[in-house]
Amino acid sequence: MTDTVRRNLLRLDQRTVRRARALAERAAAPVIELARTHTTTSVERAVLRLAGLTGADAEGIPWVNRLVDAVAADVGLGHGVALPVWHELRRGGHTDLAALAQKAAAGGVAFAVPEGRERQSAVTASRRAVARGIATIDRNRKTRDRLLRKLGDPPKPWIYLIVATGDIHEDIPQAQAAAREGADVIAVIRSTGQSLLDYVPEGATREGFAGTYATQENFRLMRAALDDVSAELGRYVRLTNYASGLCMPEIATLAGLERLDMMLNDCMYGIIFRDINPRRTFIDQRFSRQIHARAGIVINTGEDNYLTTADAVDAAHTVVVSQLLNERFGLEAGLQDWQLGLGHAFEINPALPEQFRLELAHAQLVRELFPNAPLKYMPPTKHMTGNVFFGYLLDAFFNLAGVMTDQSILLVGMMTEGIVTPFLSDRDLALENVRYVRDACAGLAEDFRPAPDGFVATRARQVLAESVELLERIADDGLFTAIADGTFGVTRRPADGGRGADGVVAHADDYLNPATELLEATA
Amino acid sequence: MTMNLVRAYGDTTGDGMVQLSFTLPVPAGPRAEAAAALFAAKMGLDPAMVVHAKAVGPDFTFFVVYGRSGVIVDLDEVEVHEREFPLLTAKEINLEVRSMLGRRLVVVGATVGTDAHTVGLDAILNVKGFAGEKGLEYYRELRVVNLGAQVDPAHLVERAVAEQADALLVSQVVTQRDAHLHHVRLVAEELAAGWPATTPRPLVVVGGPRFEPRMAAELGVDRIFAKGTTPREVASYLVHALAQRRVAA
Repeated sequence: MTDTVRRNLLRLDQRTVRRARALAERAAAPVIELARTHTTTSVERAVLRLAGLTGADAEGIPWVNRLVDAVAADVGLGHGVALPVWHELRRGGHTDLAALAQKAAAGGVAFAVPEGRERQSAVTASRRAVARGIATIDRNRKTRDRLLRKLGDPPKPWIYLIVATGDIHEDIPQAQAAAREGADVIAVIRSTGQSLLDYVPEGATREGFAGTYATQENFRLMRAALDDVSAELGRYVRLTNYASGLCMPEIATLAGLERLDMMLNDCMYGIIFRDINPRRTFIDQRFSRQIHARAGIVINTGEDNYLTTADAVDAAHTVVVSQLLNERFGLEAGLQDWQLGLGHAFEINPALPEQFRLELAHAQLVRELFPNAPLKYMPPTKHMTGNVFFGYLLDAFFNLAGVMTDQSILLVGMMTEGIVTPFLSDRDLALENVRYVRDACAGLAEDFRPAPDGFVATRARQVLAESVELLERIADDGLFTAIADGTFGVTRRPADGGRGADGVVAHADDYLNPATELLEATA
Repeated sequence: MTMNLVRAYGDTTGDGMVQLSFTLPVPAGPRAEAAAALFAAKMGLDPAMVVHAKAVGPDFTFFVVYGRSGVIVDLDEVEVHEREFPLLTAKEINLEVRSMLGRRLVVVGATVGTDAHTVGLDAILNVKGFAGEKGLEYYRELRVVNLGAQVDPAHLVERAVAEQADALLVSQVVTQRDAHLHHVRLVAEELAAGWPATTPRPLVVVGGPRFEPRMAAELGVDRIFAKGTTPREVASYLVHALAQRRVAA
């Protein structure tokens, strides 16, 4: 990766860039304050998962759900689950969290919020229990660092490939084959609709709808399989999943506990595309990102999605605005620049004259705005048709734009996108396409010098100016208002609408979350 | 009699030339190529030329084959199955709604009864959509009320009345003991009982993997969509059916 391309080739006015960041910070501030003073059912369940509570009842509902529901019914969640749970654990003489959860689910426990010395012992005990989970996350991060040193970290751009059969035992050989064919990052796409489940399924799963359920056991199995193939290839192969939807904090936690390497984790995706309550989403994403920061996980944001609903030229600035917001929320939660895999996409209509130059302008703008972020560049989907031959050509142009503008993570475009689930051969051809462009154009970024007042530089500056304008409006009116007005992805989402709103609870004065405490203490 | 017989066209009338690609679960090598040639021959290509063979991992080989197909199609025998409504673009759908209703078209959706599966419902309604198409929420001129899973049929109708729905979308995945048919009949009955006589009844559209589209009338609903239906098809149908109804009225 050359530093030259990240220099100011577009002649961006650095004062404007600083102003954009300051506005993003101002827009994010009230939302961060909300997240600091509220909790959600899923944040509380994540606390229990860090303390080691696993398993589910006969109906498949996890014990963390049962326990949180029982606490909420007795004393509400305003104090957090930690105080009533560890108080009851000691007072009731339960052998462990699982035994307590089972008894509580059967209605045999009356939770109370401890005070004085009883509170202090619950605080101490819960911290100790949660610290064990954090220690596992720390150990996993060390293991990853060791494997990266021992096996080697592939050069960027990393080649990112998706597998998803619905059956984890089918996914594993496919993922290993993809790694052997050159994939640096394997993403296991989730079953359709998992984001709307208010619990994380348990165990190894063999049936999903157009994807495989994210479960702790599936994470463990896939990471172990990729460790095997990494050793065989002498190259660490990263694993990705999706920390999104109603269980975002829990899935982030499971990712940390099972050493996943990258996680899709956007501050607004669930709101816009899944109609999840905006407040719930922002509270959940802050906790999730604190976990990701600690675990050394690279997050991937989902700005590419806006361009699948809105026009990729007209809405280019909304991508930049969302990236700046994602950056701000991420940094506040403790993520470092190298963990911010901000997303964008090659989605401009190929019938538009100078489409490729527009794409270059957008990609180079994002590269220069975020010089140290591992940008994730997404291939065309919206304009892929049944003409697989043209689709293959378009994917090659996408790969070319990615190499020319020094993108960090390239998702492999499939010529069968939106037509059929990729054949084995489609994936092979797609990888051949990436390899050819990457090798044939190696170092081309060095030679890419957009003329200072040419089409590319002018367009990039225009998008930045539009971004600042929009950020000004958001900073003044508030982010929730902007989301309610349909600013992102042309979808309107009011702050009190959407799913999961009833899982949002304001902190009481004595709220305790030992996980947040530990994560913030060392951040 | 005019001759309407056609063969595939490569570069000369009647040459019958086609091109195809496929993968066989056979390690690359002479045996794999011979197997590909035989495979193509059994598909009726004569001659069949295996022009490209490439290993995909240790156990598979990918082939590109050109060959001559003897197949002749009589254009007079071709049957065109047309859906009863034209497939419109999102833009056309929005325009149609605006000019027809002068307001947004209201869609109320739910899975009813004991069925907790919202996969199909969300694929049609959520912006995220399905098969590369955005869901109904994406259409500016549609107002979507997604009630989610396990909605009581009476409650669905109540909400439909309150929202002044133009269409009800009912999704059913679970088919144990014909639960899907039972639930749909309940919706139809509730609607007949609970809908005010003064306003036109909303369209009832049913979707699910195990429905037979021809059963619509028998179940007392307007349209049944089977597996693989996309949001745009549903939206196009709604616009078409409401327009038909206005013509009739």
